[in-house]
Amino acid sequence: MSDAVSIDVRVRADAPIPLDVALAAGPRDVAAVFGPSGAGKTTLLRTIAGLHRQATGRIVCRGVTWLDTDRGVCLPPHERRLGFVAQDYGLFPHLDALHHVAIALGHLPRDQRRAEAARLLALVHLESSASRRPASLSGGEQQRLAIARAIARNPHVLLLDEPFAAVDRATRRALQDELDALRHRLDMPIVLVTHDFEDVIRLASHVTLLERGHVVAAGAVGEITSRVDLPWLAAAAGRGSVFTASVDRVDERRKLADLRFDGGTLIVPAGSLTSGRYVRVRVPAREIILATSRPEGLSLHNILEGRVSGLESDERSGVVIVQIAVGETHLLAEVTGDAVDRLAIAIGRPILALIKSVAIEVG
Amino acid sequence: MDWTALGVSLRLAAGTLAILLPLAIALGRVLAYRRFRGRSILEAVVALPLVLPPTVLGFYLLISFGARSVVGQAFAAIAGHSLAFSFQGLLLASLIANLPFTVQPIQRAFEAIPTNVRDAAACCGLTPWRAFRAIELPLAWPGLVTAAVLAFAHTLGEFGVVLMIGGSLPGQTRTISIAIYDRLQAFDEHAAGVMAATLLAIALGALVITQTLARRVGRSSE
Repeated sequence: MSDAVSIDVRVRADAPIPLDVALAAGPRDVAAVFGPSGAGKTTLLRTIAGLHRQATGRIVCRGVTWLDTDRGVCLPPHERRLGFVAQDYGLFPHLDALHHVAIALGHLPRDQRRAEAARLLALVHLESSASRRPASLSGGEQQRLAIARAIARNPHVLLLDEPFAAVDRATRRALQDELDALRHRLDMPIVLVTHDFEDVIRLASHVTLLERGHVVAAGAVGEITSRVDLPWLAAAAGRGSVFTASVDRVDERRKLADLRFDGGTLIVPAGSLTSGRYVRVRVPAREIILATSRPEGLSLHNILEGRVSGLESDERSGVVIVQIAVGETHLLAEVTGDAVDRLAIAIGRPILALIKSVAIEVG
Repeated sequence: MDWTALGVSLRLAAGTLAILLPLAIALGRVLAYRRFRGRSILEAVVALPLVLPPTVLGFYLLISFGARSVVGQAFAAIAGHSLAFSFQGLLLASLIANLPFTVQPIQRAFEAIPTNVRDAAACCGLTPWRAFRAIELPLAWPGLVTAAVLAFAHTLGEFGVVLMIGGSLPGQTRTISIAIYDRLQAFDEHAAGVMAATLLAIALGALVITQTLARRVGRSSE
């Protein structure tokens, strides 16, 4: 979490939807809230926005108390400096794109609103759709318009409720990239609610796992995805650690790319990667083979040197989850109990992690 | 052709719209968005003039406007004349009789605005008043137009209630519908026919105007 906390949320409710969540985020953080449907994610977001008022607790954003039930403070939504993108966007059917954004620019003098609205539309690549109404926009365009409208009032936090749920897979990737690019230009945290772990992998810096209104675990994405003791996450999204890497070099001839991360270098299929870019990498725990000595005569590109930093056996499946520290990064590997015995795997032991190039997920 | 009666009818319709529309917008919006005790009872009371025979409604209004009622006495004390058999009494009756024709379409129109659209307005920083003006009102516009047409047409055509509480005082309570009936009773078929045709033309004109209005706004809100 960044040093400066932009938003600090502690809320609870018993009914109608139970909720007991603490959440904080700093500028430029993307705090994801991940959980199955019915976990209370939307209720949490609506509570932060002031649209749902059944929860007690405290919400402070940049020093302004939005909610403090002990002191009887509860600001209405229009007095909370926030941008909110609901799941189906809630666009105004009677307003064209330009007016959608202009109407949220109430803090500016009237004569500046048009120009600023045009600038914001350009930011989300909708400059040529300024005079179109929501009904004539595609799903992806509608989502981008909703984001432009949400950031228009210069909010202190941006709340996104399943922002990619309503668009197809190809559009989703493009929108994720755009949002990622946008967040570097905005000095505000994003709280993103999703039931799709891919959103977390691609965008989030921090993640809170939510089930039935309660926090299962919370922390930086790299830390949470490399914990050995989170069967909940393994069941919900599969086991595999996530980290950031930079594309170091793209070998066009061999169609391979080098990804540098703080634990070393991974070689992956080049795909559409371009050098200099930062990417999110996920290594599925099932795809890691552990070895105590360097194997020979394998097709393998990736052999990472590390040290066993955690062990946890899953009694139900008979699988042992091994955490390997490679530099500052932690990887997770799933192996059998027998393998642990044969290799004498124990905490602190040096170990080699063998990873197939094609098994590495690059986002 | 009884121009005075036409004038009374038009004044009555205009007065009804001017007073009732703002009231119906407020009431329709409250019924659409608020959940409170007695809401169903309020809805039933609003709908009552719809199902009540006009003579029954007229009868009760006459009783409550009379010199022995609180309303009647209070009005007489202020205005100096009786509420029953006066234009003001007619207007008050018209407001009550038109309540369902205005409140219900407006309530439906507000209900049809998705919650997330109203939420988005609040989250854009719009105050409730600005959200009402810039978002809710334009979206509810077709419902408002429907309400206005219904109330206007209904006021011009109302017969039973007017007859019960207005009588037929020229320039005061003799509306054009009453005048048509009077003329026909006097075997003046020509005058009745002219007035009926005038009413028909007005009704048709009102419909055309409002349809155009609704379509124009509909086009701008696609």
